[in-house]
Amino acid sequence: MSATAVHSLWTTNGLWATAAEPVAKIDSPQIEYSLIAPTLIVIGAAILGILIEAFVPRKSRYYVQLFLSVVALVAAFAAVVALAADGRGTTSSGIVAMGALAVDGPALFLQGTILLAGLVAIFTFAERRLDPEAHGNRVDSFAAQAASVPGSDSEKAAVRAGFTTTEVFPLALFAIGGMLVFPSANDLLTLFIALEVFSLPLYLLCALARRKRLMSQEAAVKYFLLGAFSSAFLLFGIALLYGYAGTVSYAGIADVVDGTVQNVNPALAGTMGNDALLLIGAALILMGLLFKVGAVPFHMWTPDVYQGAPTPVTGFMAAATKVAAFGALLRLLYVVLPGLRWDWRPVMWGVAIATMLLGAIVAITQTDIKRLLAYSSIAHAGFILAGVIATTPDGISSVLFYLGAYSFVTIGAFAVVTLVRDAGGEATHLSKWAGLGRRSPLVAAVFAVFLLAFAGIPLTSGFAGKFAVFKAAAEGGAGALVVVGVISSAIAAFFYIRVIVLMFFSEPKPEGPTVAVPSPLTMTAIGVGVAVTLVLGVAPQYFLDLANQAGVFVR
Amino acid sequence: MNPVNYLYLASLLFAIGATGVLIRRNAIVVFMCIELMLNACNLALVAFSRMHGNLDGQIIAFFTMVVAAAEVVVGLAIIVSLFRSRHSASVDDASLMKL
Repeated sequence: MSATAVHSLWTTNGLWATAAEPVAKIDSPQIEYSLIAPTLIVIGAAILGILIEAFVPRKSRYYVQLFLSVVALVAAFAAVVALAADGRGTTSSGIVAMGALAVDGPALFLQGTILLAGLVAIFTFAERRLDPEAHGNRVDSFAAQAASVPGSDSEKAAVRAGFTTTEVFPLALFAIGGMLVFPSANDLLTLFIALEVFSLPLYLLCALARRKRLMSQEAAVKYFLLGAFSSAFLLFGIALLYGYAGTVSYAGIADVVDGTVQNVNPALAGTMGNDALLLIGAALILMGLLFKVGAVPFHMWTPDVYQGAPTPVTGFMAAATKVAAFGALLRLLYVVLPGLRWDWRPVMWGVAIATMLLGAIVAITQTDIKRLLAYSSIAHAGFILAGVIATTPDGISSVLFYLGAYSFVTIGAFAVVTLVRDAGGEATHLSKWAGLGRRSPLVAAVFAVFLLAFAGIPLTSGFAGKFAVFKAAAEGGAGALVVVGVISSAIAAFFYIRVIVLMFFSEPKPEGPTVAVPSPLTMTAIGVGVAVTLVLGVAPQYFLDLANQAGVFVR
Repeated sequence: MNPVNYLYLASLLFAIGATGVLIRRNAIVVFMCIELMLNACNLALVAFSRMHGNLDGQIIAFFTMVVAAAEVVVGLAIIVSLFRSRHSASVDDASLMKL
């Protein structure tokens, strides 16, 4: 198309010249509301949550918000199940909302996982029995008033008045809403918007800890600056891919990458010959996604943010963000860039190997339980990447299964971390965990189950997940990756077992931490974690079959 | 004028922004550099939109502006709260958590 012809598209003599007709020419977009109901329910509830903050009296806000969040998440999960039962994940999957979203097996499976993980995480957000009562008011893990300076009079006044930050519930719902869209995004614009919609609430949630507020604010600043930095790279990658293909829809870009595109106009013929646009653009988008996943070398934020954020938020982030980001990564690599497989596979090999080894090795030197779990989550990102690299249908289903198994273990493990406390709040230093097994055997045993699942010991969900991804990777021609994966699993097992030994076989210190007795909310979160760990470990077949059925992307 | 020149300019602005993020120490300045990177993306998108003769790129540029505005709200809230408790917005001073 010549420059003048292009020009006339949106200026005089083009669309707007014939004043009577143009309105009729613009078709109203067709949105299949019932097919994107899960997202709509969650976002709608989040907006309602903001109105509640404005209009409901302060005393009853907590109960209303908790009720609304739980109802919304359960309803959204029911909608996902209904869609799946309708065959939307298998036989009648399709592209909806004018090409913006895909409703297919992986999308529905991951949305279901995110909703359940989000529900369990909301329970840990709502926990109010761990801290002693402040001035007769029950308090949760979040700052009384985030705007007040730590240690100032205004903070003391807020605590005395019994303020609580009930905004965390709508914030979490917004984050979950974005995460639901992220793995089902079917064009680059939706991908970017979903990324921001779930990232921005997470930045805020990180800054809201009640104890250790300076650390919490520091974590939020680091997460925010690095997150915004990485999303700028993602956006530049989107610009370059758009320049390469002349479209932002996944299927359109895939056609251009494969060279099967119809209707090549002169502009497209000029840009699609330019491999630099494609390679640099794809690399920058992958960078943005690998940052969210927490893969080496884009992992630097993970330990600091996981340590500084309020522990319920850390659990939520570690589980749900990873699920959403891997979903988007899978769709990008399997739907948009399969034609570029021979270029991205070697890079992802390197990233996966570095992630597995560095996560496992650096975790050994950690002395803080939250940092240790952060490095363990980096190592797990590496294991999941091994499944992603397989580029086979088994690769997709094994990654789906691994994500489902891993997210509940993570939320459960961080929920246990909130229970072990001393005068300064949570006792996260490992030395304080010495002898915990003698003092409170049940909590230590539950934590040991989670650690064994992280380590991938048989009869836990971790083993089933690891076996699935390594098998898929080996069959996909990545045998060397599997060897590295097994070696780093062995290294990782060392520090998981070391914590178990520390809990059960060392003398408790006299001034050691106490274990708080939680309300049924946290108990449910931990109980679900243990149940999922054991069920997926002992009888994984049903869920593996489910992941198998769900493992086909629509294009 | 050849729209490719705008792509060179966009790349240059993006590189300046990225360099600024890496070498500047004040959180506000770092954040401004990130905004510069987003604007460089906008320029690239609009230039590509002109080259291809479709409106997708311009529409993404609008969305980017909205996202950048939302990011300012969240980012300044976080940075100001950090500044009020430490009386410093330096990203080097924020080092409570080290390996």
